Amino acid sequence: MKHLIIGNSAAAIGAVEGIRQMNKSDQITIISDEPYFTYSRPLISYLLSGKLSLEKMNYRSKSFYEDNHVTFKYAHAEKVDHLNKQVFLDDGDQMSYDKLLIATGSKAFIPPFAGLESVENKTTFLSLDDVKKLDAMGLESKRVLIIGAGLIGLKCAEGITKKAQSVTVLDLAPQILSSILDYDSSLIVKQHLEKKGINFILSATAEKFTQNTLTLKDKTQIDFDILVLCVGVRPNASLLSGIAAIEKGVVINERAETSVPDIYAAGDVTNGVAILPNAYVTGECAGINMAGGNKTISKMLPMNAIGFFGLNIITAGNYTGSIFELNKDSEFKRLFYQDGLLNGYIMIGNIAKAGIYTSLIREQTKLDTLDFPLICEKPQLMAFRLEERLEKLGGKVERMKFFQPEI
Amino acid sequence: MALTFIYPEYEVIRNSERCITCRVCERQCANEAHEFLAGIDKMVCDDSKCVNCHRCVSLCPTHALKITKSGNTYKQNSNWGGKYIDEIYKQAESGGVLLSGMGNPENYPVYFDKILLNASQVTNPPIDPLREPMETKISLGAKPQNIKRDKDGKLINNLPPRLSLSMPLMFSAMSYGSISYNAHECLARAAKELGILYNTGEGGLHNDFYQYGDNTIVQVASGRFGVHPDYLNTGAAIEIKMGQGAKPGIGGHLPGAKIVGDISRTRMIPEGSDAISPAPHHDIYSIEDLRQLVYSLKEVTNYQKPVIVKIAAVHNVTAIASGIARSGADIIAIDGFRGGTGAAPTRIRDHVGIPIELALASVDQRLREEGIRENVSIVVGGSIRQSADIVKAIALGADCVYIATAALMALGCHLCRSCYTGKCNWGIATQMPELKKRLNPDIGYQRLVNLINAWRHEIKEMMGGMGINSIESLKGNRLMLRGIGLNEKELSILGIRHAGE
Amino acid sequence: MKRVYVNEKWCLGCRLCEYYCAFQETKESDMARALKGIKINPRINIEEKNGISFAVSCRHCEDALCVKGCITGALSKKEEVILIDKERCVSCYTCILSCPYGAISPSQDGAIKKCELCTDSASGIPACVKGCPNNAIVFEERLG
Repeated sequence: MKHLIIGNSAAAIGAVEGIRQMNKSDQITIISDEPYFTYSRPLISYLLSGKLSLEKMNYRSKSFYEDNHVTFKYAHAEKVDHLNKQVFLDDGDQMSYDKLLIATGSKAFIPPFAGLESVENKTTFLSLDDVKKLDAMGLESKRVLIIGAGLIGLKCAEGITKKAQSVTVLDLAPQILSSILDYDSSLIVKQHLEKKGINFILSATAEKFTQNTLTLKDKTQIDFDILVLCVGVRPNASLLSGIAAIEKGVVINERAETSVPDIYAAGDVTNGVAILPNAYVTGECAGINMAGGNKTISKMLPMNAIGFFGLNIITAGNYTGSIFELNKDSEFKRLFYQDGLLNGYIMIGNIAKAGIYTSLIREQTKLDTLDFPLICEKPQLMAFRLEERLEKLGGKVERMKFFQPEI
Repeated sequence: MALTFIYPEYEVIRNSERCITCRVCERQCANEAHEFLAGIDKMVCDDSKCVNCHRCVSLCPTHALKITKSGNTYKQNSNWGGKYIDEIYKQAESGGVLLSGMGNPENYPVYFDKILLNASQVTNPPIDPLREPMETKISLGAKPQNIKRDKDGKLINNLPPRLSLSMPLMFSAMSYGSISYNAHECLARAAKELGILYNTGEGGLHNDFYQYGDNTIVQVASGRFGVHPDYLNTGAAIEIKMGQGAKPGIGGHLPGAKIVGDISRTRMIPEGSDAISPAPHHDIYSIEDLRQLVYSLKEVTNYQKPVIVKIAAVHNVTAIASGIARSGADIIAIDGFRGGTGAAPTRIRDHVGIPIELALASVDQRLREEGIRENVSIVVGGSIRQSADIVKAIALGADCVYIATAALMALGCHLCRSCYTGKCNWGIATQMPELKKRLNPDIGYQRLVNLINAWRHEIKEMMGGMGINSIESLKGNRLMLRGIGLNEKELSILGIRHAGE
Repeated sequence: MKRVYVNEKWCLGCRLCEYYCAFQETKESDMARALKGIKINPRINIEEKNGISFAVSCRHCEDALCVKGCITGALSKKEEVILIDKERCVSCYTCILSCPYGAISPSQDGAIKKCELCTDSASGIPACVKGCPNNAIVFEERLG
């Protein structure tokens, strides 16, 4: 069996590990248009800030390809011929496959700002090369303008604050991190970032760029030396356009199959939630099925763990329903629940044991089977019923009549 | 303000160099003696709350704790010892009877410690128990008076029901209620594994433990709690408790607060009602009355179960034993004045009864003289502390011994003698859920098995040294004993010679 | 394979497991010297309320969400044991977000910490198991 994987990040690695769970003999080839060993994309801001060295960016140990008998090929896949099961590469090669995985991730979305072409020092912030580009511009004593106060934009801001002369983040939305926080909680994070020296201009519409100046709709002018575009990402699905069903991203079923036989897709290129854990899990699922297994995945949960200058944020699910709020000292928490289920949560500051909340959402745990006030107070297994605790911690399920307090 | 302040008898000494304020001591002390002062990040201790149970000492992971006798003293007085002075203050304050737990701790002679064992030299050589068979099995009960044959001359089996034990030791009566469910489970499982018996005491038998029936002695005492035909038929033997070494002549009283849940069900009395065991059995005022109860119980159990009558060792124990041996009972159990208890009036515990060694020797002698020794087996308890005590008791004439205090110590008891508070930090003498779970029967039963197996090895070695290869040959073999530091009278009661003779 | 299981029925909430865990991590020979004046951050934690208590540590899940979600590859599974490579961890806490038991916690040294079954101990028995006075934490094989 010949497996071809286009892409070299979490979903691709997940697929390799999925295939290898099934057998050690299938042929695996990874095609990547980045000339690097598999690296962890979320770590690029750590590289930028100098917190991590280049080699620590590796997503797997150095011998990963050898250990898993993976052939790595540096090339750009240009076209898929699904009828003849061929992939055409930019170096003229063509490769045949039995099973193909599209794990091409996402690409930066660049809105058609007027005058953008006149800006000399500009970049997106998605890949290792973007970091290299930014570094090459020389951040010291430069004013950096970041468009987009989302996860990527703010991670970039965190990474360069120490080096750059000033960092300004601009967003159309009235709040930062609108993809993971509600308005109230975003204020806490914004305040924290401002204390660390990041400037924000929110509810602002960029009108046009003229070299080193941005003019807003309200005619405010912002001067900058370097422009980083972090407006958003789009699934990098062009390889399958006209071949497989694509909505925003490639449509996959619960087996990570596209609408075309023997072509799978996983990670950010799909319609799913674009975060690393989900990329790995869909990739692994695809890999297992490509190698003849039968694995299904349930709908992926939006969730996120991120930190800025030591302030940790963990969120999951959606923010509808009634709210339980805890806001004291340096701890902020909101739980969103509805119809006896937890919909989502936001934790800022104290993120201990957050995964217990995540599991409530993932498992659709009925809240009336829990000590709800207790679990609101903090995530803990104590809030579960005895039988469930016993199962979770592996104890034999037996009736424990002799130590329960006698009523 | 109360005039009385009694300085704590013991002090908890904390090595602050070693204390890491892990607060295990604080969490494990049901008496709340330890306290963590967060402000100064220090553990402190209120010695007056400490009962000296050593739970904290044992569990302290850095061994930072020890308990010592406090130095506080009244003016030296050979007559008025500090203990008596304190007791007067306590009673002047409370007007109440003093209570104590476990056995008589006072400075009376321990005759076992004044008896030495023999060993073989040259003639009748010693036996190596590792290389030669050594029999520790015993059988308890009455023996037939004569041989009966059928018309063909074949022997008729007229052996009364008897108990078979792998060694001459049983766990004596401790009720479910006075000790915890888990403690009972430890005893039951250990008895089963060891091939011996344990005793329900007067608390009935919890449903969960019917499975250990073949290793259970079911007790019938003056309160008759938890007694019903199933109960009687489940045990391997039935014990009528007439008295207890720790408190001869005294009944028992388990407060209503402890009669909850399973304990109430097992005792067959309503929740919250006091469980009062009268001092006498109200239907027994003579040996004839006792005989009636013995035969009632035999009747219920179809004459399949040996009946034990347990008495405290008191002044006229020989006459009483003689009566019991004629009452139809199969086994007499005698409890010496050192025997333990969950709670007893201090004066009774410390001043009533006689030593088991003397009671045993004189009862054995009396029954022999009267030719009725074969009617009954003799089991003695209170207090057997180690295996040499067992060997000495058997040589003095016992068939078997009862242990309880030693068994509880194997389970963790540190003899703090505060059982009556119900706050046993070792999870033994308590019904508090958070305390009783401290005794995990998986651990406890194994420790009991270890202890008794160790004793079995020691008994074999001592017997081997004497050139004796079975308990039967040791029984009543007083030539194997010599007294040390005993006067003529004591020697004559014990029926042994002085060392050197 | 052998895992750490918790018998809630026998947990006394004494927290000795936490201290033995922290002690094991120091590789010192004397607990007093190792932990004196230190606020411990053990890899096993007691939950306690109204007389009920139990220890929680990594379950070493078969389907380990923490490993799958780890953005750096610092968490990995070797011979059924989930290990953390502290060098590679960047404390993004995606694992804390994922772990349904709350068994992973932040630490001072810039990496997360979790139970690794004392894989580096000489006896092969986890310190918490050895330190538990009541067999509430056991190291054994169980089905399912």
